[in-house]
Amino acid sequence: MRVLRLVSFLVIAALLVAACGGGATPAPAATSAPETEAGTSEEYTDEWGVVKVEAGSPIRIGFGAALSGAGLDVLGIDEKRGAELAVADKGDLLGFSVELVAEDDLCSAEGGTTVANKFVSDPSIVAVLGQMCSSGCLGAMDIYQEHNYTMVSPSCTGVVMTTRGNTSFHRVCWNDEIQGPAAAEYLYSKGITKVATIHDGSPYGEGLANTLAAAFEELGGEVVSAEAVNVGDTDMRPLLERIKSAGPEAIYFGGFVAEGAYLASQRIDVGMEDVIFMGADGLQALDYVKAAGSASEGTFVSAANPAEAGPGMPAFLEAYQAAYGEEPPAPFHAHAYDAAMVIMNAIEKVAQTDADGNLLIGRKALNEAIGSTSGYQGLSGMITCDEVGNCGTGTVAISEVRDGEFAVVWPE
Amino acid sequence: MLKRSLRRGALVGGVLVFIALIGAPAAFAREPVVRGVVTLSQLLLAIGALLAGSGAAPATRTRSTGAVVAAGAIAGAVCMLLLALLALLVSAVDLRQVLVNATPQLVDELTLGRGVVTGSTVLVVLGTVLGALGGWSTRLPAAISRSAVLAGAAVVVVGVLRDKGLAIAEAVALGVAVWAVAYGRSRWGSALATRYQRVQRRNSTMVSIVVWIAGLFILLGLPSILGTYGTSVLDLVGLYVLMGLGLNIVVGYAGLLDLGYVAFFTIGAYVTGLLTSPAASTQLGLSFWIAWPLAMVAAAGAGALLGIPVLRMRGDYLAIVTLGFGEIIRILVLSDTFKSVLGGAQGIIEIPGPSIGSFTMMRPQHFYYLILIGVMIVVFVSRRISDSRVGRAWMAIREDEDVAEATGVNLVKYKLLAFAMGASFSGIGGAIFASWVHSVFPNSFTLLVSINILSLVIVGGIGSIPGVILGAFFLVGLPEVLRSFADFRMITFGALLVAMMIARPEGLWPAKSRRRELHLEVAE
Amino acid sequence: MRRRLSGPVDVTQLVVSGIGLVILLFVVYRLVATLMGGTYGVSTYASQAIFGLAQGGIYALIALGYTLVYGILFMINFAHGEIFMGGTYIAYFVIAAFDRSGFLESNPLLAIVATVATAMTASVILALGLERIAYRPLRRAPRLVPLITAIGASLFLQYAFRGLFGTGVKVYPDTHLHVAGIDILGGRYDIGGMVVRPIYFVVFLMAVTLMLALWILVQKTKMGKAMRAVAEDKDTAALMGIDVDRVVVLTFALGAALAGAAGVMFALYNKQVTHTMGFIPGIKAFTAAVLGGIGNVPGAMLGGFFLGLAESTFPTLLGLDSQLKDVIAFGLLVLVLIFRPTGILGEVLSRKRA
Repeated sequence: MRVLRLVSFLVIAALLVAACGGGATPAPAATSAPETEAGTSEEYTDEWGVVKVEAGSPIRIGFGAALSGAGLDVLGIDEKRGAELAVADKGDLLGFSVELVAEDDLCSAEGGTTVANKFVSDPSIVAVLGQMCSSGCLGAMDIYQEHNYTMVSPSCTGVVMTTRGNTSFHRVCWNDEIQGPAAAEYLYSKGITKVATIHDGSPYGEGLANTLAAAFEELGGEVVSAEAVNVGDTDMRPLLERIKSAGPEAIYFGGFVAEGAYLASQRIDVGMEDVIFMGADGLQALDYVKAAGSASEGTFVSAANPAEAGPGMPAFLEAYQAAYGEEPPAPFHAHAYDAAMVIMNAIEKVAQTDADGNLLIGRKALNEAIGSTSGYQGLSGMITCDEVGNCGTGTVAISEVRDGEFAVVWPE
Repeated sequence: MLKRSLRRGALVGGVLVFIALIGAPAAFAREPVVRGVVTLSQLLLAIGALLAGSGAAPATRTRSTGAVVAAGAIAGAVCMLLLALLALLVSAVDLRQVLVNATPQLVDELTLGRGVVTGSTVLVVLGTVLGALGGWSTRLPAAISRSAVLAGAAVVVVGVLRDKGLAIAEAVALGVAVWAVAYGRSRWGSALATRYQRVQRRNSTMVSIVVWIAGLFILLGLPSILGTYGTSVLDLVGLYVLMGLGLNIVVGYAGLLDLGYVAFFTIGAYVTGLLTSPAASTQLGLSFWIAWPLAMVAAAGAGALLGIPVLRMRGDYLAIVTLGFGEIIRILVLSDTFKSVLGGAQGIIEIPGPSIGSFTMMRPQHFYYLILIGVMIVVFVSRRISDSRVGRAWMAIREDEDVAEATGVNLVKYKLLAFAMGASFSGIGGAIFASWVHSVFPNSFTLLVSINILSLVIVGGIGSIPGVILGAFFLVGLPEVLRSFADFRMITFGALLVAMMIARPEGLWPAKSRRRELHLEVAE
Repeated sequence: MRRRLSGPVDVTQLVVSGIGLVILLFVVYRLVATLMGGTYGVSTYASQAIFGLAQGGIYALIALGYTLVYGILFMINFAHGEIFMGGTYIAYFVIAAFDRSGFLESNPLLAIVATVATAMTASVILALGLERIAYRPLRRAPRLVPLITAIGASLFLQYAFRGLFGTGVKVYPDTHLHVAGIDILGGRYDIGGMVVRPIYFVVFLMAVTLMLALWILVQKTKMGKAMRAVAEDKDTAALMGIDVDRVVVLTFALGAALAGAAGVMFALYNKQVTHTMGFIPGIKAFTAAVLGGIGNVPGAMLGGFFLGLAESTFPTLLGLDSQLKDVIAFGLLVLVLIFRPTGILGEVLSRKRA
């Protein structure tokens, strides 16, 4: 009886697979192999292959970020919303709609690998907006490279990404080596000589804390304490009490909103309200101000210079509130918005329409168009790509929280 | 009768209101199941009404068809009435301060885009009709209705998985085909089974050889059928099978509850990373084939090491200490304290794939065969060991430690052996994992991995090798299938896990010798 | 309590105790080294101990729920952390509304009581729903099966709250309640260079009081007697005319109510509420319950305080990175269990249930 159950299960499973797969091959009707393209289109060829979007079908862009998992889903969902709003703002692209295909990568290397394999198995995906974390990017980027998919990451800040020789990688954020030294310079210029660093154990936070420490010591300052918290910790007071006895004049934190807000507010509980608290762009979200309450007043964050950003932010925030019923809970929505815009602008630039009204997008042309983005004023700042794929190349500004808002204090 | 209908309708309606408020209708509105006919969100509502109708009926079995249909209709109407009320409420009051998904879009979706008043009316009428249909369906012979449910489910699943949904013709064809197979099985299934058994008895070796060869061919050919993504999912499943079988030895055979099994996976992966990656602190850059056995030995050693202090602990004390061990290992590899050796938060990157001669494994298809070999070895070892003297000793420990000891089973030896052996399987998995992802990061080795492995062993059927394999497909494959549900992936997974265990508490494929309770305590 | 006479086991015990001794010696050595080093003053240790007691109080209250359910059903209610989260989350909307309307400021005591009551009610409703849907059908199943449904339920609840109420952080308002001139909820007082918040002691006292009340309930009342009877033997208890279902439901309700109360206290001094806030405290409280001897009411509380103190003071005392605090806490757990394999107070119950 068990054998029979297995057989009938297999038959039904086979039917399902056949139905799934059987229809999928003709339906997208897109190929990445140049030779099959030669017949259908007049001499639109591309070394990396051409995506053909049939008239009436949407242009599909992959999106990979952590959409579940404690502490990280907030970042991923925020990015997804930013990208969705960009798609909505753009409206029709050359008469085609744009569809965002969102996949959950759990912010892990294996998640990045699986999502990348899923996207490269689907020839109708034009480009990928992602991944969100450095670990996810490292798991995914070689697969995209091998299959000639271009990627724009909103938030992979790891230094190593752009030193591996991948030509299909781009990011609209900085790498970890830019903010740390800028923050160190600012703190030192304020006459601070003793700083304590804390990070949250993420590659992002750890990278920031380390680069700040190195730069600060080079300037002649002293790092009196280097500590770390775990994501999900809520009681930072014992740690802060310990740091207090090292006598720092400033605390620098590499990490995200929840832990940052706990540190900022609990430093008052140990009598360190006079100690400067500073974070990086991982804290530049209104939820940080909300969560830390009055304790956030007078704390600093480093982020892209808003003077170089486009004027769209107020309208964006309004649209965000209307669509999702809350304020952005995490900092990288603007980067995701910009990444989506960079991709869509590049598609606009290179896509051609054939006689039947289908859209043809060359993968290499698209990759190059993204890579040559220059002077685009995004929500997050100036977007100009360099030769290795660093597109978030604007300058750093440091903001202070004043009356619940981020006010730029440096450069003056 | 009326009371039952009302209750059933209210229950299903409540569930639908919940689903509406977590934002599913708005998200699924863009997900066509049958192109141009019905979207997933509409289908959700329809299925709700059908369920309400069919659920209202059984108490009225003795009654006429008319009564059953009426009961179903009432339940369906009540169910949709609740949703209509929700739509009215949301359109009248701004609830978004609290419930973020109470949007105008939700109202639109619930009222089928026809405005609040007409839409609600249409909704209730539709609910009544579908509920009546659901009630009527309970009067059909079980064979027909059950196959119909299966066919419907198949159409929905395929429609959801296909990006653009099914065309009408495809949907009909698929539904009819599945229905025919399922109906055929329930009608002529038992006759076929006896026929098969007769054939099998007559030429048992022949049949089993044919089955084995066919199975082998399918296994070897799978990557080319499934493509890159399908194979990469299969790779993950394979890795979890490896680990599941390892944990199965500890929990299933020896009855030692281990909640920190991920520790050995971590150790396997990190040993491989340290030995093979030229970017690691050690800068050894050894071959994968040297690192693999070393990773296995290191994991086995760690298993034995963990085993010693917990020898005297039982049940949940053991569980929490092993959980702690898993966390300790994760935090140690993450910590700044050992950063200079283990890489800290930045992990170990640039781990090369295994190479044979000048060929280096890169794609999931290449790893598939490596993992398949690993799984086959582990399955073989597991099978042989469960029937051996060692396996019987473990079983004795599992059933009653004190009695086992009294009958001359050396507790220390066999417990440590179980830990070491289980750990070594996981070490193999970790080694392959590291070279498969080309990097290791501490955040891949959380408590959730341990929980996942334990879940797959229990969902599959504790102590059962085929059960573990099925469990791995279910627990790793399912989240993959649900990946495109994005925001709703984990909530669906959690609900399915609960439903699954309630429906089949003994697991998907329970071990033959083990339908009894798993005893971890000395005696109750 | 384990009488073993055969040779090899004695050797094992020797080895195990040896390992324990090595850990102990390491701890003592580091302790002495740090204390002699004099890097940190007395106020550092004293403050850390106070923080640890408050955090431990939260763990203890959650651990009581674990221990109660375990004592009766022998199951690890993995979703208990989510019940803690659920109550806190729902109560947030109440206290936020009070804050907006000004009621919180004008009538803080009433507002806080109402908030705590809401949290307890919400937690109880969640727990009872969970028991009815996910656990009751599995009462007779192998004991690892409810563990898996509990894990499923835990995931479901987390993501259900995220779906319903959004991803953004919810922040409890600043709350002030003056008793004898001291602001016991929001105040900060400088005592000899140490900043002390009375709320730490409020949490501590509340944990102790609720534990004592629970202990009296279990030991002295008729209902407690029924609970103990069910814990001993469900079938015999049923024969004696005890409604087992009712007792189980009451147990879940009690545990959940404590978790709800703990949640509000937690949120009053830590402020942030998110859908994932229950997971880690849940794990820690489970650890605390085991540490104290699972199934044992005073044990759960002792375990909670021990864990809270270990986390807050030991990294500094041992001179290790704070990042390793969980390593230290779990290491101490192993140490305790090596010398007392059934937890601090678990002895009486161990033979039967451990």
